[in-house]
Amino acid sequence: MRASRHSLLRNFWLLGVYAFLYFPILVVVFYSFNDTKFSLVWQGATLNWYTTLWQDSNLWLALLHSLILGFFASLVAVIIGSFAAMNLYWYRFRGRQLLYGLIFILIVTPDLVLGISLLILFSLVGLDLGFWSLLLAHVTFCIPFVVITVYSRLVDFDSHLFEAARDLGASEVTIFRKVMFPLALPAIIVGLLLSFTLSIDDVVVSYFVAGPEYEILPLKIFSMAKLGVRPELNALCSVVFVITVCIVMASHFILRKKS
Amino acid sequence: MKYDSHFKYMSLTLIWVWLGIFALLSFLLVLGVSFLEHDATHIVIPKFTWSSYTFLFHPILLKIFGYSFVVAITATASCLLIGYPFAYFLSQIHIRYKSLLMLFLVIPFWTSSLVRSYAVMAILKTKGILNTILLSLGLIHEPLQLLFTNTAVTIGLVYNLLPFMVLPLYANFERLDERLLEAAEDLGASRFMTLYRILIPLTKPGIYAGIMMVFLPSMTLFYIPDLLGGARSVLLGNLIENQFLFANNWPVGSAISVLLTFVMGVMLLVYWRNSQRSDNKQQVLL
Repeated sequence: MRASRHSLLRNFWLLGVYAFLYFPILVVVFYSFNDTKFSLVWQGATLNWYTTLWQDSNLWLALLHSLILGFFASLVAVIIGSFAAMNLYWYRFRGRQLLYGLIFILIVTPDLVLGISLLILFSLVGLDLGFWSLLLAHVTFCIPFVVITVYSRLVDFDSHLFEAARDLGASEVTIFRKVMFPLALPAIIVGLLLSFTLSIDDVVVSYFVAGPEYEILPLKIFSMAKLGVRPELNALCSVVFVITVCIVMASHFILRKKS
Repeated sequence: MKYDSHFKYMSLTLIWVWLGIFALLSFLLVLGVSFLEHDATHIVIPKFTWSSYTFLFHPILLKIFGYSFVVAITATASCLLIGYPFAYFLSQIHIRYKSLLMLFLVIPFWTSSLVRSYAVMAILKTKGILNTILLSLGLIHEPLQLLFTNTAVTIGLVYNLLPFMVLPLYANFERLDERLLEAAEDLGASRFMTLYRILIPLTKPGIYAGIMMVFLPSMTLFYIPDLLGGARSVLLGNLIENQFLFANNWPVGSAISVLLTFVMGVMLLVYWRNSQRSDNKQQVLL
């Protein structure tokens, strides 16, 4: 009796929280197909709002900017972050704890603080706000996530694998290339995908280091959202949501299949 | 062997230089700017002053700090109250469904929180779906003003940050030895006693991590009050945003950020003190 009451409460609670998390976003997706500008009443399905988006050349440009930025930011972050993670795992060097701590602190640091720090840095060295300032900023906040994703993957493996390679005469570089890298590859890919999502979703840091010449999608959405709820924006947010869901699902299955 | 150590030093130098410049140095600059004098034409002039810090005690600023704290504490407490049982129940689910349920939890963690804030806007607006439902149920007779209130800001924060509370808690519950709970029950502990004496102490690291992941963003995600709050919903984050982008008073903006970083430092210390034995904190995110 008690057990069944317990599981009733459990299911109710789980269901309630999932409903809370998904209801608003599903409402937005649902109304992005509604054939009316103002009313909440369902007036039949339409793709009008998506066509409007499709024809908005400014939006395409912002999307293109975001994609280019996300591509390069995640690439650089993955290169730096994966090497750092493999080193953190494999070597006991001076400052190892410090590096680990710094990466942890960076994850907890509010984006806002990072944003203004970089704004001050860039204006001090006279870097124009635009693509390059955004790229440097995005790489900085992506690195910690890559390091942690790759590092926690390596920790899961039996360290004897790497020691065996060394005992069999593999040089350090060979161990990295032939043993550690292939094993960590799924995590590296996930790090790449997640950095890409972080980059194309970021508002706070970009808000400070973006310039007028290089408009990116999240800032565009932000300025549109300030004007209120509109069907075109419902459609745009639905598109962004669906894209990120695909990326997250892909990373989920990449990590699952191998482990 | 020579080649090996080159490889090691190169990859370590790369990350140290990067983080050294863009994280450490840039933060030291914030600290530096907070002690400089504000100047309308040059933004800052290199003259030492405490005035930005004394300005923090201005009644208006104190009021904003107070309000930020109340909002952040309310949001954090709500996330904990909803998230703690949720994480516990989730850890007890049959293994077959766990992977799927985890996926559905990770999706909101990674999807744009701006998009999700916009979704909250769409729900709460005067002619939005929540008012329509409440009206048709006869619970209210005229639409409530939900959007552009402090309540909306809190709802938006909880909605956005709940996954950040749940994930560290869940990771903690997963590592919990179920037998301890059974032992408590066998020894005659009441449910409350088990919760208070066993469950909560054992999940302390998760609780601290969750609080940290929710509390700081609650004060700093300025776009949530910008979109959902009214004219008076100014949080610490909005204050910094204003000082930097509109008032152009960088020293004061920096001083507030230093204060914020100080709060973060204290929270980190508390967290590290309480999680020394659990070296698994990197498992928190995925």
